[in-house]
Amino acid sequence: MYDLVEAAVQAAVDGGARYADARVMETRAESMSARNGVVEALDRQQSAGIGVRALIGSSWGFFAVADLGAEAARRAGEQAASVARASARVSGRELLLAAATPVTGSWASECREDPWAVTLAEKGDRLESVTRTMLAHGADLAEASHRIWDTRKWLFSSEGHRVDQHIVECGAAMSATAVGENETQRRSYPGIRGQYGTRGWELVRELDLPANAPRIAEEARALLTAPACPALDATDLILGSEQMALQIHESVGHAVELDRILGWEAAFAGTSWLDLAQMGSLRFGSGRMNITADATLPGALGSFGYDDEGTPAHAVDIVRDGIWVGVLSGRDSAALAGIDSGGAVRAAGFNRIPMVRMTNVGLLPGDNSLEEMIAATDDGVLMDTNRSWSIDDKRLNFQFGCEIGWEIKGGKRGRMLRNPTYTGISPRFWGSMDMVGNRSEWTFWGTPNCGKGQPMQVGHTGHPAVPARFRGIRVGVSG
Amino acid sequence: MIEGPTSTESRTGAADPVEVAERALEIIRAKAPEAEAEAIVGSGTEALTRFANSVIHQNVAEETSHIALRIAIDGRTASSSLDGPPDGEALDRLVDHVLEAARVRPPDPDWPGLAPPAPVPPVDHWDQATAHASPDDRATRIADFVDAAGGLETAGTCLTKASVVAFANSAGQRSSGRTTVAALDGIARTGTSDGSARAASHRVAAFDGRLLGERAAQKARAAADPTDLEPGRYEVILEAQCVANVLQFLFIYGFNGRAVEEGRSFVRVGETQFDPAVTLRDDPTDPETVGVAFDAEGTPKRPLHVVRHGVTSAVLHTRRTAAKAGVASTGHAIEGADEWGALPSNVVLEAGDRSQDELISGVERGLLVTDLWYTRILDPRTQVVTGLTRNGVWLIEGGRIARPVRNLRFTQSFHEALAPGAVRAVGSDRSLVLGGFEGSYLVPSLHLASWNFTGGASG
Repeated sequence: MYDLVEAAVQAAVDGGARYADARVMETRAESMSARNGVVEALDRQQSAGIGVRALIGSSWGFFAVADLGAEAARRAGEQAASVARASARVSGRELLLAAATPVTGSWASECREDPWAVTLAEKGDRLESVTRTMLAHGADLAEASHRIWDTRKWLFSSEGHRVDQHIVECGAAMSATAVGENETQRRSYPGIRGQYGTRGWELVRELDLPANAPRIAEEARALLTAPACPALDATDLILGSEQMALQIHESVGHAVELDRILGWEAAFAGTSWLDLAQMGSLRFGSGRMNITADATLPGALGSFGYDDEGTPAHAVDIVRDGIWVGVLSGRDSAALAGIDSGGAVRAAGFNRIPMVRMTNVGLLPGDNSLEEMIAATDDGVLMDTNRSWSIDDKRLNFQFGCEIGWEIKGGKRGRMLRNPTYTGISPRFWGSMDMVGNRSEWTFWGTPNCGKGQPMQVGHTGHPAVPARFRGIRVGVSG
Repeated sequence: MIEGPTSTESRTGAADPVEVAERALEIIRAKAPEAEAEAIVGSGTEALTRFANSVIHQNVAEETSHIALRIAIDGRTASSSLDGPPDGEALDRLVDHVLEAARVRPPDPDWPGLAPPAPVPPVDHWDQATAHASPDDRATRIADFVDAAGGLETAGTCLTKASVVAFANSAGQRSSGRTTVAALDGIARTGTSDGSARAASHRVAAFDGRLLGERAAQKARAAADPTDLEPGRYEVILEAQCVANVLQFLFIYGFNGRAVEEGRSFVRVGETQFDPAVTLRDDPTDPETVGVAFDAEGTPKRPLHVVRHGVTSAVLHTRRTAAKAGVASTGHAIEGADEWGALPSNVVLEAGDRSQDELISGVERGLLVTDLWYTRILDPRTQVVTGLTRNGVWLIEGGRIARPVRNLRFTQSFHEALAPGAVRAVGSDRSLVLGGFEGSYLVPSLHLASWNFTGGASG
């Protein structure tokens, strides 16, 4: 494959690019889903192709072909340069790249049990069985699925980067829905999107869907008759770790993407409330807030050996003791900000241009258990498992809904609450965090559906999270 | 053979999708004569030029080549797809994969069988100039947009896309089609506001970058220095992007045969569930829309009214949801979206007779909203959705624009927003808005009686 990427890069350089890189990516994917005791869909996808990125003036040109022939690779390189040249009609200052030492390397994620070696019959039986269990325990609609992605990629750049990687990702999800007179209630396990990691089939086995199927079906049924989450302007809110992963993803992860901060995503994904001039001094949250972007965490969904520019995986401090100190960046955005690349550039496929993506953006553990948080709360609400998420284009104002809530009175978990929602402004919300879960509750949640960019790229990100408590939060917003 | 795109950035020697689909069926027939089989094949080009800070910063293009096979052997079904050149060896391997998968998976008792032979409406949303559009063509339109913004910072995209699609199944259904899509979508920015303008069509010549840039800049300037507004219920005029957003939720979670079957939909056919001003259909034959006139299962798409003068008249179906409901598929299967059910492709909301000035003059106290953003459903049955305004929102008092206001968060049932008595007027404008799942929405502006704003975006 290196012959192809080298030829493509050479063609781009010959076409006038002052920098070029090329990626061959081969991906195999499998998804299987069952509904109400029947496997309804088994879909296997393959893709293979080469994408070439050429830098001329102030613009990247990118061209991709679903073809691994030598002629196609050269043509992709030529076209990438040609497309970049056309950008001169609306140009600006020359785009620079942060300095990088060219690396040569190979990396593979750890995969203890090959997901392709597990028979489809076993996979199907598992999904059908858990959906039947959920039906038997009160669900009107029971769904379960698993997904596998197996990606090999080869990168070469005009500066001499030469990197190949093999990344296997697996995971599973299930949900039980109960249908009432006027509304529906759903419970999901392990989370709304399931749970995924850069691991083999062993992750799916560890999730133990069968053991959790009865509980979520019964909870979905019970939610139909549970009291609604009260509308309160200010109360104590405890979030479970799954909802914390979403909270981190939406209100921290996207806000610290340097391309957003620089305005490159202004028309679609949006910008950020963060001003680069305040990095290092702005208070993002309370002193208990410590966030890192760490692409080296074993098994987490946002882990890799090298990003798609060849920058070796490493950890970047994002928020330290509540102060905003870092961003997610690539070589182009980092150069503009005057920092080193954060190694956070990835492409969702051979046919997509690499862009700033979250790696594993997570909250570092504190020293409280969930039970301690409940015991320390006189009057509040506990919520978990994300149900809806909405946040403004500056990543400042959010309103999130959870599948399930519980009243907390006098330090004890009380009645189940349906339709719990909460809303807030990011720095005020994070500033109110006064208890943070400990290391024993630290979970590396995986989000396989992060949309960003145009054309849209669906990225895989990781979010280490623990439960946490927030003070004075508005809850129970309804239509 | 269908004529495909031939621009300098497009295909050289790409295989004819019709021939590839036929070849795939032949290979399956040879390896598994008992299999029911279908193939959908697409090829084309997609190019997108992005600008930000008034500079083109990303300029991307790709050649697309896709084939998806679905087979059933004794009710055991499997799908497999390939993004890559469908040469002999790759096609052979793809067939082996899908056969292997089907033979070992559990049977699917709900397998509805293949689409029977049926003619496809003569639709051809194709424009040769769009199929041939070059990076220079896109850059020129962006330059016009940027220049017309009169010094305001701008950002956005210009898209051109061409695709040729062919379908064949072992039940004898054959269909093919082609479509082009072009869109220019941008914002102009002051220090305190953004204004947007967009246009989409199957013809790149249908829109003028200069006019759109002027409109975006005018909106941005008119929205500058906004002030807070107390949350609460207000009349609203929703511009086209907002209306498309509302309809997307009504279709995905309401008029979807799967949602109806599962009891998750509010839809009840035959009942007056909407204001009489609402007449809504899915219609690939409208000359102003885009796409082809058959779905991923080869079923033809025909104009289908889901609401006539406020009365719900139909739901959308795939073959699977139709079989469960005991009706015929309406042609709304999307490849790889089985779990979502039946999704719209060419939504058309019938326009009214009011200009935007007339709509505004009919508002006593309300808001003019340009775009909705980050809308997410809280409950599919009640259609309660939360989201925010974006790219310009103004308070209207006594039939006149009073002042720009800051973005607001809303939590609103989209069904209730269009319920009987809720639609005050329908605009005469008709804009094509591109939506999710490759759907398009041809919609006017709406004046609605009430919209529930639950908070300010800045706290």
